[in-house]
Amino acid sequence: MDAYGILQILIFAAAVLALTPVLGGFMARVYDGRARLFAPIERVLYRLCGIDPAREQNWVGYALSLLVLHLLAVLTLYGLQRLQGFLPLNPAGQGGVPPDLAFNTAISFSTNTNWQNYGGESTMSTLVQMAGLAVHNFLSAAAGISVAVALIRGFARRSARTIGNFYVDLTRTTLYLLLPICVVGALVLVWQGVPQNLNAHAEAATLEGSRQVIAQGPVASQMMIKHLGTNGGGFFNANAAHPYENPNGLVNLIHLVAIVAIGAGLTNTFGRMVGDTRQGWAILTAMGLLFLVGVLAAYGAEARGNPALGGMVNLEGKEVRFGIAASTLFAVVTTATSCGAVNAMHDSLLPLAGLVPMVNMLLGEVVVGGVGSGLYGILVFVLIAVFIAGLMVGRTPEYLGKKIEAREVKLAMLAILATPLGVLGLGGLAMITPAGLAGIAAAGPHGLSEVLYAFASAANNNGSAFGGLSGNSVFYNTALAVAMVIGRFGIIIPVLAIAGSMAAKKTVPSSAGTFPTHGGLFVALLVGVILVVGGLTYFPLLALGPVVEHLALAAGTLF
Amino acid sequence: MVKELRPALTLLVLLTLIAGLAYPFAVTGLAGIAFPWQANGSLIEKDGHVIGSALIGQTFTGRGYFWGRPSATAVAPYDAANSGGSNLAPSAKALAEAVAERDAALRAAHPEESGPVPADLLTTSASGLDPHITPAAAMWQIKRVAMARHIPMDQVRTLVMDHVEGRELGVLGEPRVNVLRLNLVLDERWPMR
Repeated sequence: MDAYGILQILIFAAAVLALTPVLGGFMARVYDGRARLFAPIERVLYRLCGIDPAREQNWVGYALSLLVLHLLAVLTLYGLQRLQGFLPLNPAGQGGVPPDLAFNTAISFSTNTNWQNYGGESTMSTLVQMAGLAVHNFLSAAAGISVAVALIRGFARRSARTIGNFYVDLTRTTLYLLLPICVVGALVLVWQGVPQNLNAHAEAATLEGSRQVIAQGPVASQMMIKHLGTNGGGFFNANAAHPYENPNGLVNLIHLVAIVAIGAGLTNTFGRMVGDTRQGWAILTAMGLLFLVGVLAAYGAEARGNPALGGMVNLEGKEVRFGIAASTLFAVVTTATSCGAVNAMHDSLLPLAGLVPMVNMLLGEVVVGGVGSGLYGILVFVLIAVFIAGLMVGRTPEYLGKKIEAREVKLAMLAILATPLGVLGLGGLAMITPAGLAGIAAAGPHGLSEVLYAFASAANNNGSAFGGLSGNSVFYNTALAVAMVIGRFGIIIPVLAIAGSMAAKKTVPSSAGTFPTHGGLFVALLVGVILVVGGLTYFPLLALGPVVEHLALAAGTLF
Repeated sequence: MVKELRPALTLLVLLTLIAGLAYPFAVTGLAGIAFPWQANGSLIEKDGHVIGSALIGQTFTGRGYFWGRPSATAVAPYDAANSGGSNLAPSAKALAEAVAERDAALRAAHPEESGPVPADLLTTSASGLDPHITPAAAMWQIKRVAMARHIPMDQVRTLVMDHVEGRELGVLGEPRVNVLRLNLVLDERWPMR
């Protein structure tokens, strides 16, 4: 660890903190309808779609609209990939994508996971990259944010039947939030060296006289939404480690801030919309504590070097321009959120540094988390924390003046149990079937880590990987896609149900017995609940994977 | 359900047009006007031919050139149409063996250097296309390059120092040397005979 490394972490944290109230305030204006700049465009869109923007939906209607849109989106993306060979904008002449891979990719991008079992530059046509994948980058991000906003409305409203209109939230998120930031951001990225063209490849005759084919494309526009929307699906196979996606330290910082900005801002939006910004800061503090512990642990572990190579600095799978500090910071940020972009190969991280990304994902990606999904994820934990606090003092638990009753706690538990089902259920299946074992690249405990990482990533809609795992097989394409669906909709539906039932409740005035949810005690309780739930669920697996590998490596055992 | 299909389908089509086509096309157009060189991949031309990209590493094996990092791209090293890393675990025997092998080969090619081989020359990068090496790794190769080109070592050292790129804004990233740019200047100033 050196001063430059620590300083980079601090600069990143300061930038995010400074942006949080700005973006948070703006989003509050977008979702309570005060921002009207693009109203004419909105009117045209709603008229064409037959949407009445004034008509709000109850939680069932909101969920139904969301599911129908996703179903159509998955079918379209699947079709585009299968047929890309016959469609225009295919300068490199890519053929149709095989069925299982196309299915996996369609699910992956529509669930905001962006797990990639394909190499970007060698599989997908420009049309699929733009009209297929990039659209899902917007759509899945906007859907996640919409669900979070619906849940916020549930807490903010009293005796209400509706939680907003899904199509309106989706449209406004895209028009007001995502597109403007992306256009400006993409141009900054091009200025700093990220390509943006419609060429297939550039051909070079190198200094030593050999031929080098350099893949090209509209990279910058995809980079910006990929990070802002915590999508993570790279234009190139090497993702944000590719010098075209991430050419220098400044671009790297822009990527990092973009990944976290909306998720952090939403905590502030939440505070504003429920009428008490302290509630938002308390949640962000809990997230910040978990982040800080993670980033220091990972950086500390990685900075020690590889004991098997005499403590040599571990640059395997890293780029010189990022080194140890910027690489581990990226690894922690990308897994704390649901982004999953990588600027270093996580498979080659030292065991304890690789453990941190896994823990981040397994805790449910609530350390800022995915856009929208981070906020509704941590609010589910908040309900459990408040419930436990209520049990301790023997009072009906309350949050923001609303009674938390059996129905909400049951729904919250349902949401919390969805990801373990995907990770442990399907990951367990991979460990006992020949098709699952066939994909493992590394011998010894690291092999288990590869599988655990894959299902942690899929079920939490992250999308980063221990890349050694051969995921492009019928088994993994299918099993991982199922895990992604469980991890996305298995949480979204209970969350919308919670939103509906909270909206319908009356508020009760706070009294001397009310547990304040903006202080240090609450933050500590929340962090404790997150750690206990995640720890109890996954500790045995983490012990057998990265922890055993760390101990073996320290003793000089190789596999 | 059927009533739901119309708004969903229309909105999907409209958002595809806006976010999937209009957005990337608009950015492509603007970028092409404002930053044409970067937008087209930072390609470097010499005598009218593209010889590579300032951002993409390429293979160097000649004794008169600075060498870049080992590359683990799929078929051949520095395959800029198939980026990727080795994905070897730190506990993999294969990694320890590869590092030992590279160490031996580099020492054999640099008999005049006695210090440890810099780590970036022993390990493969994440993208397989890393255009940079650390300043230490460039310094480590100076004597070989100077001898191959029959020029004084000091001049090569000065050249390397001039080509060290600092951290962005003084703190972001790590100091580095762009191997292709450095070798291009070498060829200009002291062509191989």
